[in-house]
Amino acid sequence: MNWTVNDLHIILVGVLCAMACALPGVFLLLRRMSMMGDAISHAVLPGLAVAFLVSGSRASWWMFFGAALAGVLTALFTQWITKFGKVERGAAMGIVFTTLFAVGLLLIEQGAGNVDLDAGCVLYGALEYTPLNLVTLFETEEFLIQIPHAALVIGSALLLNILIIGIFYKELTLASFDPGLAETQGFRPKVIHYLLMTMVAVTTVAAFESVGSIIVIAMLIVPPATAFLITRRLPLLIGLSLALAAASAILGHLSSQALPALLGLPETMSSGMMATTSGFLFLLVWLLGPQGLLKKQSRELVAPPTP
Amino acid sequence: MRPEHPPEFPLAIHDLTVAYHRKPVLWDIELNVPQGTLAGIVGPNGAGKSTLLKACLDLIPKTSGEVLIYGKPYEDQRDLIAYVPQRESVDWDFPVSALDVVVMGTYRKLGWFKRVGKAQRQQAREALEQVGIGHLADRQISQLSGGQQQRVFLARALVQDAEIYFMDEPFAAVDAATEQAVIELLQNLNAKGKTVLCVHHDLATVSRYFDHLVLLNMRIVASGPTSETFTRENLHKTYGGKLNLLDDVAEALKNVGR
Repeated sequence: MNWTVNDLHIILVGVLCAMACALPGVFLLLRRMSMMGDAISHAVLPGLAVAFLVSGSRASWWMFFGAALAGVLTALFTQWITKFGKVERGAAMGIVFTTLFAVGLLLIEQGAGNVDLDAGCVLYGALEYTPLNLVTLFETEEFLIQIPHAALVIGSALLLNILIIGIFYKELTLASFDPGLAETQGFRPKVIHYLLMTMVAVTTVAAFESVGSIIVIAMLIVPPATAFLITRRLPLLIGLSLALAAASAILGHLSSQALPALLGLPETMSSGMMATTSGFLFLLVWLLGPQGLLKKQSRELVAPPTP
Repeated sequence: MRPEHPPEFPLAIHDLTVAYHRKPVLWDIELNVPQGTLAGIVGPNGAGKSTLLKACLDLIPKTSGEVLIYGKPYEDQRDLIAYVPQRESVDWDFPVSALDVVVMGTYRKLGWFKRVGKAQRQQAREALEQVGIGHLADRQISQLSGGQQQRVFLARALVQDAEIYFMDEPFAAVDAATEQAVIELLQNLNAKGKTVLCVHHDLATVSRYFDHLVLLNMRIVASGPTSETFTRENLHKTYGGKLNLLDDVAEALKNVGR
């Protein structure tokens, strides 16, 4: 394969995306709300569309705001429907996010004439095109350091997530483990819940442009789920999730370039391959990890359980 | 200030009603729990025992009524309260150690943003020693037995250093050794003048464990010193025609010779 600086840029964006998603993903997983990431990543679409139609520009603060708002509304509507409609939570989530997603698609369809936002891009992202829009970070006579604009956006989201989890680590852990205790201690688990939902929404929007709404879900959930097979220590769980996220992105892009060539096929989608790789890593850990499937069998072969 | 609920009572409940989906679960609860008692809340399944605790602590909305802690609204008195939820209410597969869980009891005093330090961890270690599982401090909570998990919860309540302890079935599904450890702990707290309110389901041990009794079946059937309240008539009123239970009741009454 032919290495260019473009590959580095794509990997940079991919790694930042995956890591930014893995952080809120850990807490979604621990709260057994993994599908909320799915719901929010889809439901931000009408927010994006409306903000775009109103402001007329892409990647603006309006888009961020609209999408984050839509994301938080998803969490809120789900809560309401569960409570007042006496509908099971999973079903309520299904109702809210499919409806919002459909509305978003319709809005984009309707605005298609004067909007360069297309449904395909929303679903799959445009990771390959991120190197086309560069910003200069640092410039002297000898040096010129440029990164994709997308890296700046998703990098900011990553930084924000690190900050929030750094500051609210104790509160997030408490509210995730025992909301009852959090409430009696005056920590307002509901506020913390919506903080996490906002984090998911903002991260999703930031990652959207690059990897699309479906692969975002893989990035939110798969690395933390893989790390959970390895450890039951929260700091280590977070660290491992980040490492697995980065590894999936790097290996994903490399294999998207190299693997198809082995079969004589043209290169394939990087973002798709990144998600596939994270799934593959999960499988690997599931089979070979500390509590892995094969491990258990081999141990039994060495020392059969006494009857 | 309501004259029937003077501020010397650690817990006073006035006209409390709680409903789920418009179906009442608790009706017209009037209750005073006296200072320094070890109080049991007893009643059949679905009587609203846990609901009563949760409504006091604002964990579920009240339809009407008022809860006073030493004469003041609960929100102003959070520092005085420790809550031990039912063991099944949390996910024991959560990636934290026994020590981490106990340290959570210190968060109220730490407040927002502040980090856990040596002092908090030391305090938590001591509490774990006190409930007899100091050697398990660093173990992940899924690797603890049911009884050990219950002890972790109690240690967490201890570090909260409260005046009133709300406990939801601390004796549920624990081994005999843990049951003994729990009751010793409750008696220790009691000896220090703390007030303990404890949801309990085993009629056979009521009179041995508690000096104050609240009999509940959606309404308060009776409330007062165990010696006066734990009577055949009151138990009949509480448990109604649940015949399979009446044998237990007879057995329990035989034990106290009444």
